[in-house]
Amino acid sequence: MADCRPFPLNAWYPAAWSHEIQRELSARTICGKDVVLYRRTDGDPVALEDACWHRLLPLSLGRLVGDQVMCGYHGLVFNSAGRCTFMPAQKTINPSACVRAYPVVERHRLIWIWPGDPAAADPAVLPDFHWNDGAEWKGEGGTFYSLACDYRLVIDNLMDLTHETYVHSDSIGHDAILDTPFEVTHTENTATMTRWMIDIDPPPFWAKQLGKPGRVDRWQIVNFQAPAVVVGDVGVAPTGTRAREGDRSQGVNGAFLAAIAPETETSCHYFWNFVRTFKTDDEQLTRDLQRAHVNNGKGVYDQDHVVLEAQQRAIDKHPRQPFYNLNIDAGALWARRMIDRMLARDQVRSAPGQAAE
Amino acid sequence: MPELIEWRDGVVRATRDLTHDIRTIEIAPSGEFAVPAPGSHINVSVLIRERPDVRSYSIVGPCTDGLYRIAVKLLKDTRGGSAYMWSLAPGARVQISGPANYFELGLGRPEYLLLAGGIGITPIFTHALALAEAKARLRVAYACRSRHDLALAEELRERIGDRLQTFPAEDARVDLPAEVAKLDRQGEFYVCGPIALLEAAKRAWRESGRPMDKLRFETFGSSGRYPTVPFTIEIPRLGIQVAVPADQTMLEALEEAGVGMIWDCRRGECGLCALPILEVDGIVDHRDVFFSDAEKAGDAQLCTCVSRVYGNAITVDTADR
Repeated sequence: MADCRPFPLNAWYPAAWSHEIQRELSARTICGKDVVLYRRTDGDPVALEDACWHRLLPLSLGRLVGDQVMCGYHGLVFNSAGRCTFMPAQKTINPSACVRAYPVVERHRLIWIWPGDPAAADPAVLPDFHWNDGAEWKGEGGTFYSLACDYRLVIDNLMDLTHETYVHSDSIGHDAILDTPFEVTHTENTATMTRWMIDIDPPPFWAKQLGKPGRVDRWQIVNFQAPAVVVGDVGVAPTGTRAREGDRSQGVNGAFLAAIAPETETSCHYFWNFVRTFKTDDEQLTRDLQRAHVNNGKGVYDQDHVVLEAQQRAIDKHPRQPFYNLNIDAGALWARRMIDRMLARDQVRSAPGQAAE
Repeated sequence: MPELIEWRDGVVRATRDLTHDIRTIEIAPSGEFAVPAPGSHINVSVLIRERPDVRSYSIVGPCTDGLYRIAVKLLKDTRGGSAYMWSLAPGARVQISGPANYFELGLGRPEYLLLAGGIGITPIFTHALALAEAKARLRVAYACRSRHDLALAEELRERIGDRLQTFPAEDARVDLPAEVAKLDRQGEFYVCGPIALLEAAKRAWRESGRPMDKLRFETFGSSGRYPTVPFTIEIPRLGIQVAVPADQTMLEALEEAGVGMIWDCRRGECGLCALPILEVDGIVDHRDVFFSDAEKAGDAQLCTCVSRVYGNAITVDTADR
């Protein structure tokens, strides 16, 4: 029921990378809703409820016929609006036969889905994820599908980078993160954590990217867009080159990108990328950076993965155990406040199709 | 899909007569209020001849005040659900379901043509308001018997102006082929009204060569081409005769007589309750949307949940062996 659901439905969530959705049926669960995704012959992506109207067999087990999906059980056909266009052994079609068609938009190399009230699905409120376009910023990410944790744990993780010191001590962790004050600000639907570490020794990862000796100024400017997008503007520049004042030309600038779709209450699909504005033509670097994040359990995100899933298992075992919050959690708490506001707005509008589920 | 109806208590808050035989009834549900999407209906538990039965009524939306507002037309010669609803005064307790939707509005089309016949205005009114809200291009054609039968027309005109056209039978008929021809090729046509109007709309749509999935419709099983009269069912296989009074369906009468029947939708859509016709003394008044025009003309079967005989008797077969 709506009361305990941790994710708002009236929001855009990433469902797939653009390249993953082709002329075939792909199944996903987003916000507890099973959907089947495919591309029409004109290239437009489609997301339908993944259950035949007749006997609920997942339509993803059927096949794509032109722009329509044929159920693999009795051959009922549904068009891209979710309407039944064929029923076996009868001359007419039951007028109420349809499956839900979810609003979808393809942008920033992702396909976004709106699981809530279709009348409220406004493409103007899509999160800004332009860093992922592949234009000015370069990088190739991936997805942790069915990561076994509440999506909010991922947001907690990204909004507080103190954890780098402990989880990623071999690459981007640094004691300076602990010693440097940070600032958390917010707007109506965004929260930003900003930390500038001035005149420090660069951690191994950044020393390598910068490729120059000496002390650096390091920044972490992490922005949350409700309910589930985080973009972290990160980098280093040689100390004394006035990066903090706005001139980053002597440094190296990257951005970690996270667009998260809740799968269930305790699992999510985590679409990630790490993009950069330096050495953008260096494809080997692109591959190296990808490997730095995900590499058979040794990448930075693999390390997070272990923590997040272990945390969820602990929560499941101690469901009534409260979280205690520290000063470092300010960004995460603003993010959760915005999610809670969206949940409250969901309750007000809850349409029957959703309330019944 | 068969509904799993979850009943809950409701209280009638107010009633208001829109015409001499159409009345809105506002019902406050107990517990959580689910905002009904355009096209939704609620089920109401009614009493007919002291026995409980279920009727579905389209919601007159948008229900932003936490009340389900339905419009009920008092039907003299039918089964008695409407008479029961008209007996409800403010304060009366009723059992209702949450909203369900068999007539969903698809958004984002370039243009919409909405056609209402009589009490069919209830979901069309709600669709029109939602489309106007979404700034969609729309036209509403509203046909009814006479000017005195126009319910909700003034309210609708306030919202959509001259995009509403009314067609009381004494003044004008809707020229369906012309209305369809004016619609954008990617536009959609939503129809709610009696079966004769619906079939005319379907014909105009088919003849225009447009894809059938862009014609959306809902009908009410109580409407036929002929008056509702009592008749008799003969079943030679079982050697019995079953009387069907005017206020009962064939399916209800057959079940009451102990004939084993299967059924699902009970509104003329699924075709499960159809029986083969052996002989008719009178005219078969097909009120379903399951059989095609050609099948109806052949009179080989009828949907017992909604269809009737205008005449004396019908002889049918059953599935008993």
